[in-house]
Amino acid sequence: MSVRTLPLLFLNLGGEMLYILDQRLRAQNIPGDKARKVLNDIISTMFNRKFMEELFKPQELYSKKALRTVYDRLAHASIMRLNQASMDKLYDLMTMAFKYQVLLCPRPKDVLLVTFNHLDAIKGFIQDSPTILHQVDETFQQLTEIYGGLSAGEFQLIRQTLLIFFQDLHIRVSIFLKDKVQNSNGRFVLPVSGPLPWGTKVPGLVRTFNNKGEEVRKVEFKHGGSYVAAPKEGSFELYGDRVLKLGTNMYSVNRPMETHMSGASENLAAQTQESIAPNPLAKEELNLLARLIGGMEIKKPSGPEPGFRLNLFTTDEEEEQAALTRPEELFYEVINIQATQDQQTNEELARIMGEFEILDQPRRSASKGDDLLAMMDEL
Amino acid sequence: MFRRERSIPLRGSAAALCNNLSVLQLPVRNLTHFGVVHGPSAQLLSAAPEGVPLAQRQLQAKEGAGVSPPLITQVHWCVLPFRVLLVLTSHRGIQMYESDGSVMVYWHALDAGDASLVQAVFARGIAASGHFICVGMWSGRVLVFDIPAKGPNIVLSEELAGHQTPITDIATEPAQGQDCVADMVTADDSGLLCVWQSGPEFKLLTRIPGFGVPCPSVQLWQGTVAAGYGNGQVRLYEASTGTLHVQIDAHARAICALDLAPELLSAAEDTFVHIWQLSRSPEGGYIEVEHCHGECVPDTQVCGARFCDPSGSSFAVTGYDLAEILRFSSM
Repeated sequence: MSVRTLPLLFLNLGGEMLYILDQRLRAQNIPGDKARKVLNDIISTMFNRKFMEELFKPQELYSKKALRTVYDRLAHASIMRLNQASMDKLYDLMTMAFKYQVLLCPRPKDVLLVTFNHLDAIKGFIQDSPTILHQVDETFQQLTEIYGGLSAGEFQLIRQTLLIFFQDLHIRVSIFLKDKVQNSNGRFVLPVSGPLPWGTKVPGLVRTFNNKGEEVRKVEFKHGGSYVAAPKEGSFELYGDRVLKLGTNMYSVNRPMETHMSGASENLAAQTQESIAPNPLAKEELNLLARLIGGMEIKKPSGPEPGFRLNLFTTDEEEEQAALTRPEELFYEVINIQATQDQQTNEELARIMGEFEILDQPRRSASKGDDLLAMMDEL
Repeated sequence: MFRRERSIPLRGSAAALCNNLSVLQLPVRNLTHFGVVHGPSAQLLSAAPEGVPLAQRQLQAKEGAGVSPPLITQVHWCVLPFRVLLVLTSHRGIQMYESDGSVMVYWHALDAGDASLVQAVFARGIAASGHFICVGMWSGRVLVFDIPAKGPNIVLSEELAGHQTPITDIATEPAQGQDCVADMVTADDSGLLCVWQSGPEFKLLTRIPGFGVPCPSVQLWQGTVAAGYGNGQVRLYEASTGTLHVQIDAHARAICALDLAPELLSAAEDTFVHIWQLSRSPEGGYIEVEHCHGECVPDTQVCGARFCDPSGSSFAVTGYDLAEILRFSSM
């Protein structure tokens, strides 16, 4: 499929992750300065130049396993910790939200507007950090350079690639059920009314022409929907009215965040096929992943700043209960890099880490390779 | 008026591709074959008239090099004079099977040679024309395979150049006679249509330019090209001249499938399937279109639709994420 999909997938999922974390930090009454630090650390890791360089290379999409590993690392890029159950729930919410946004995009190209909505909101989180703001603006520039000139056909391919990635995910999300954008069977509501995509006329007209190109007949028909023409096209500039609401923060009011596990999995055969089949390609994917994560300059929790645990559920008991009752087919397997056993992978990662620039901040441990491997093994 | 009939369950949900349903009608054996792409696999199943599933088979895309398993782009039955072959296109190549999918008779690997790093490489668009099978490519080229009456001695006989962007769909019909020799039309991501005359060497007859949106689906009937576009429009052109005769603002989202039975069926991502009656006006001889029926498939991004019988009295629909084939028949 399209080799230009990963940056869009990563940035939009990342944006949803930040919306959710922001809301949970406030709901859990984490002090403002700590909350800001968490978001700043995650955002600056996400938009790190080396990482973005790797991300924007034309490549196929990673598997769900591999992508989940990247977000696990990202969520732990600061003083905040998440238990497995909370991380699972975070990922469920992120993926269902972006799936919804892709599905509802009027035009395939509108996925770029959704991405810009996420970036606009991210800039809102880091208004007081000019360095990170600049990184985000640079990413904006890169997106415009790469996607600004793509044809409608190429965007259609990107859309199809994204939908194939999200195929068969039907986790029910409370906020979607309440807003009636998702049915109780987990499927999203596709409205047959509202604004049309930019460039599409209101259905209902049949025009006939003669050989000279003159219109000879005009007949209307009942098309069954209730559509209106789009008022204007969303802006693709650095600043502008995106018009589209998809990709904006739906958690800004105190909205419920429950997800419902029962009945969420369908096509069991198709799903388990992906997660349990021994993957002979794992090594190549592992190497790609190592490069990508190698570009993340994760700062180790340092000095007097104590870490804290964020809970995606309302109580600790709920979190424990969720961990025990998660259906097996929805287990996210995270790639496990066996540091001690696979000597070759160890060397490969160490080499990659060695390629990156020395940070201005003093490193705390002797071997960068060990750092990354140790942190990954903790997952 | 159409009513919903019993659905046929699928092992895997349908992928969000265009033209994602192929139907092979076998009236003599009272069977209908269905083909749907799930992702890295495609499912074939045969059903009795009431939609009772009888047998099913899954085919995989061949050659698993790369980070993820290769994805199938289309599955389609090609009816040739002496045999029926099932063709499967993917991101690695073209696989041809006997019609029940039991034996692969031919494999053609894609040559990614000219593709730049940022281009996706795949085959897409399948149609039978006489004893040829034509398959489209990401580069815009159309490969023409010469198919023997039986056996695996399939030969690539020609590579047609007419398009610069990925092929989306190909449609054919037996030539109509002296007045109209056009018997094949190819469509691409830029919306360009090329009309061809088949033969030992295919000849390009007309080009019908696009207008900025892809043309995911195309059909050919009695010298008329029916094309569905990414902005929800259906347009009918005179195949031999490329003259536009009818323009329908038919759908609110991109069209994903068209079929001709003699009625025209259009399906789109807006959840609607529309059926149109085509006729030739007695005075001018030009095409007239009348809307017959509209069906809303609630909350379903339709990705494939086909008539299930030659008179167009029944049709089947597939949708993204849906693990069943929906069936409708007229009352």
